[in-house]
Amino acid sequence: MVERRVLWLVGALIALSALFLLWQLRAPMGFILSLRGTKLASLILVGAATGIATVLFQTVAGNRLLTPGIVGFDALFVFIQTALVLSLGGIGYATLPSVAKFLFETGALVGTGLLLFGGLLLRDARDLTRMILTGVILGVMLRGLAEMMQRVMAPSEFAVVQQALFATFGAVDTNQLWIAGALLGAATVAALRLAPALDVAALGRDRARSLGLGYDFLMLQALALVAVLVAVATALVGPMTFLGLLAASLAREITGTHRHAAVLPAAGLMGALILVAGQFGFERLLSRQSALAVMVEFFGGLLFLLLVLRRRSV
Amino acid sequence: MIKVEGLSKNAGAVEILKDLTLSIPPGGITALIGPNGAGKSSLLHCIAGLDRPTSGMVRIDGTDPFSCPDRERARHLAFLQQSQPVVPRLTVRDMVAFGRWPHHGGRPRPEDAEATEQALRAFELEDLSERPLEVLSGGQRQRALVAMTYAQATPWLLLDEPLNALDPRHAHDLMRRLNDLSHAADERSVVVVLHDINAAARWADRIIAMKDGRIAAEGLVAEVLTGEVLRDLYDTPFDVLVHGGRPLVVTV
Repeated sequence: MVERRVLWLVGALIALSALFLLWQLRAPMGFILSLRGTKLASLILVGAATGIATVLFQTVAGNRLLTPGIVGFDALFVFIQTALVLSLGGIGYATLPSVAKFLFETGALVGTGLLLFGGLLLRDARDLTRMILTGVILGVMLRGLAEMMQRVMAPSEFAVVQQALFATFGAVDTNQLWIAGALLGAATVAALRLAPALDVAALGRDRARSLGLGYDFLMLQALALVAVLVAVATALVGPMTFLGLLAASLAREITGTHRHAAVLPAAGLMGALILVAGQFGFERLLSRQSALAVMVEFFGGLLFLLLVLRRRSV
Repeated sequence: MIKVEGLSKNAGAVEILKDLTLSIPPGGITALIGPNGAGKSSLLHCIAGLDRPTSGMVRIDGTDPFSCPDRERARHLAFLQQSQPVVPRLTVRDMVAFGRWPHHGGRPRPEDAEATEQALRAFELEDLSERPLEVLSGGQRQRALVAMTYAQATPWLLLDEPLNALDPRHAHDLMRRLNDLSHAADERSVVVVLHDINAAARWADRIIAMKDGRIAAEGLVAEVLTGEVLRDLYDTPFDVLVHGGRPLVVTV
């Protein structure tokens, strides 16, 4: 039953992808297909990475309201990119080999993410309010630091940073798509391998440990995967705070199970579906180019408020 | 044999366990009783290897629970804690099946499924097995949690207030089942925190009474459950009657 629902999502994504590629296709077909294919691949990669990262992060945090973006994971990425531009200069940054740059940024995010969030969030894991506050304050601090760096930059360097930081699916570097796809594939396989252990971890630290789970190490592994997936999504298109919340919540509703083996792929598929459907709707049906990120954030934010209010009323 | 020597545990500036030394022999039921804040749960957490003591030593059948690999420890000792977070959409069957995790580590075998079914039957949970935990009553949920601990099939069972939220019939059934387990051929040793002194009087083989982080009294049921010991323990007068050959405790 659950597997069938995940397969439905796979079918829906394939159908939607075909529609995205072939809708009103005119000559020169090869060129247009190549453009649309690049955009489709980036939408699927970002949606899937964000959905999976959010489910993993919610298990680490023991809370289904949180996303890596809410507690400042995206802000950390912004900080790293800004620091990189400031230290290398706009031209130095722009001329870096894109694959090496991507790998360096991902590595830096994994390292600092584990250091900051692994230490602070896991320590506060039993106190939700403290954990959210810690994350939000960290995020504000990192954004503040990034902003401070941006203020002392030359205008040309600032333009390079701005280009990297706003969520847009229009200007994806095709070289990065391959490495992002490989990283997403590896992270997804690793996450699925951890799925049975994550089911136990969702019971809470003490209960999971009393069942013999190496809880702390598992949480660090999951956080490392979150960092890789956030890096994949953010490096390709820029930060999107609430997409993951939408994808994870819908995936849980659709699968109706607590099992990560079903929820993880469903969240990845849901994230991809939201972006592909949204982009198709805005770009092809409404002829709007850049409204998708804004709308996803708007509806994701609404869902966040709804979940907070529902939780409070419970 | 569980051996605890010179065990102390601090929570900030507060000393919650004070230089405890005790032995719990295998087999039978050992009940931990005492007023709120006596340190009973903290002691169980230290024995279960979940909370590292500030000083002192714990050995379970000669093994240090803090240096033993997690899964190996969980195959030897199961621990049911007081409060349990409920995972949305987690069914009773899945919850009970988690008890087999130390044995299969994520790759369940047919014998794990059989052990899960046996635990469901033992705690009369077959009819509830496909229901999510969040729709169950507190007592039904507690039975599912105890069944999970049972499915873990360990020589030692540590249960922290398992009678919470259980009605008299299910509380009686649970204690009877623990009694059967602890006196069966493949005897399991049960250490249980109880606030119901009469349940301890009825079912325990030994009692350890704790107060202010120290052992106030320990021994056989008749040795510990005296009016004098209980008055000092709870700062309340008690009458100890005899019913069916066992002490029956009533507050005065």
